[in-house]
Amino acid sequence: MSAATVARPAPFAVSWWARLGYLLAVLYCLYALSILDISWERLLAGLDNGSRFLGAMFPPEFKRWKLLIDNLLESLQIALISSLFGVLISLPVGLCASRNLMPDWLTWPARAFIAVCRSFHPVIFAILFVKAVGFGPLAGILTLIFASIGFVAKLFAEAIEEISLKPVEAARAAGAPFLSVLTFAVLPQVLNRFIGFSTYQVDSNLRNSTMIGIVGAGGIGGTLAAAFQRFDYSFVCAILLAIIALIMVSEYVAVRVKGVFQ
Amino acid sequence: MSADRIWQRFTPAERMARFVVFLVAAILLAWSFRTVEIIPEFLMDAPEQVADLFARMWPVDYAYYERGVHAVLIETLHIATLGTIMTLGIAIPVGIMAASNVCRVPALNWLATFILVSSRSVNTLVWALLFVAVFGPGTLAGTVTIAVRSIGFVGKLFGEALEESAPGPIEALRAAGAPWISVFLKGYWPQVSPAFWGIALFRWDINVRESSVIGLVGAGGIGMALDEALNLFHWDRVALILVCIFAVVVIAEVFVTHIRKRII
Repeated sequence: MSAATVARPAPFAVSWWARLGYLLAVLYCLYALSILDISWERLLAGLDNGSRFLGAMFPPEFKRWKLLIDNLLESLQIALISSLFGVLISLPVGLCASRNLMPDWLTWPARAFIAVCRSFHPVIFAILFVKAVGFGPLAGILTLIFASIGFVAKLFAEAIEEISLKPVEAARAAGAPFLSVLTFAVLPQVLNRFIGFSTYQVDSNLRNSTMIGIVGAGGIGGTLAAAFQRFDYSFVCAILLAIIALIMVSEYVAVRVKGVFQ
Repeated sequence: MSADRIWQRFTPAERMARFVVFLVAAILLAWSFRTVEIIPEFLMDAPEQVADLFARMWPVDYAYYERGVHAVLIETLHIATLGTIMTLGIAIPVGIMAASNVCRVPALNWLATFILVSSRSVNTLVWALLFVAVFGPGTLAGTVTIAVRSIGFVGKLFGEALEESAPGPIEALRAAGAPWISVFLKGYWPQVSPAFWGIALFRWDINVRESSVIGLVGAGGIGMALDEALNLFHWDRVALILVCIFAVVVIAEVFVTHIRKRII
């Protein structure tokens, strides 16, 4: 048998399905662009506005730095408190949602609750809580608690579902009560990942807490929205720079904290 | 001698570091609880107010769907999809610039990192405020917002996928004298394309959620209807819009999980 007769598949086979997909995507784009009423004049006007906007933003104005710092600290406080409660509530909720440890009648409601927390954007929760408990940091804290549950409880449940069941069986065989099974067989296996989720959530809550103020739920977002409405763009620029700086610092801290726990 | 040795899991320095982290966290929390301005009456009042809110939301005004929600719901999906497609077009070059094994110019790496970080640090709503100021209220501002906000996410993950690709096929192509574009299309792309489509789908799923709120600051989509219903205190319509957002988000998530299973 000579080598020439061996039929080899082409190394880069043409996939007609993929080409059809690309064609559909292009057609969709053309259709969607036609809906958007994009016109040349509008784009030019936008660029013109944009350049004026940037001109008004620079240089950033830090005269009201006290207000800025106060609001940033409020955002930080909202993020910390909501992370604490969010993570504390996520522990039992995530546990209830894990299919390998809990019966079906408990996992379904827990999963539904997590799904509701996840599917609404924090801003929507913020609006509802502002209407319910009034303006201020309390609404922000409640909002971010729900946002944290949606994220941490889901990942925590998945982490529990991935554990090895051997220590659990050993503890049960030795007659350990349920709480001891949890603390000695389940928690040690997921603790490291849980700390990872928690630090990530603090970071994420900090990002969100700078924004929910736009709808009145406390923190620096309120100042930002107010500055926008007064066309005080140089102060807007200062706030944005401060937020970016805060987030960069928090990312650095999160990396260091994770390093400590590895 | 060795019998009274005490086995410990962590070195003293490690235990110290952990202790410091916990201590700092506790101090920060205590400080937050003391300084944050929570009005206790509002907190006591909250369950009653929430019950009142739900009472006003019920029954849901389903009749409003045809008139006021359907069109903006579809618009939201268009914003999310078109924004994601625009992002892919920008994020591919930026991701390539960010991957230090593909693009070997440190200055370009830095530029790409800067673009990615600034796109992610500024929240969607803030981007929406900026683009509404630039383009005026409407769908265009929303689409650009979604596109700009997603660049950071897609570009970062795509760059990381590129950095993890195996060097073997690339070296083979280079040794055979392939031009740069062929090295990319036949060496890197087949290795990263499953990851790339996974990232794109995941981001589309996130964008469906995000595009439902950018309307609150005037950037199109169902958020505008939500804002209007809230301002007019039509709570039964608010409930309808929330139900619609929930349904669309759940359907999008199921759809994305299904497709992801097939491509990965």
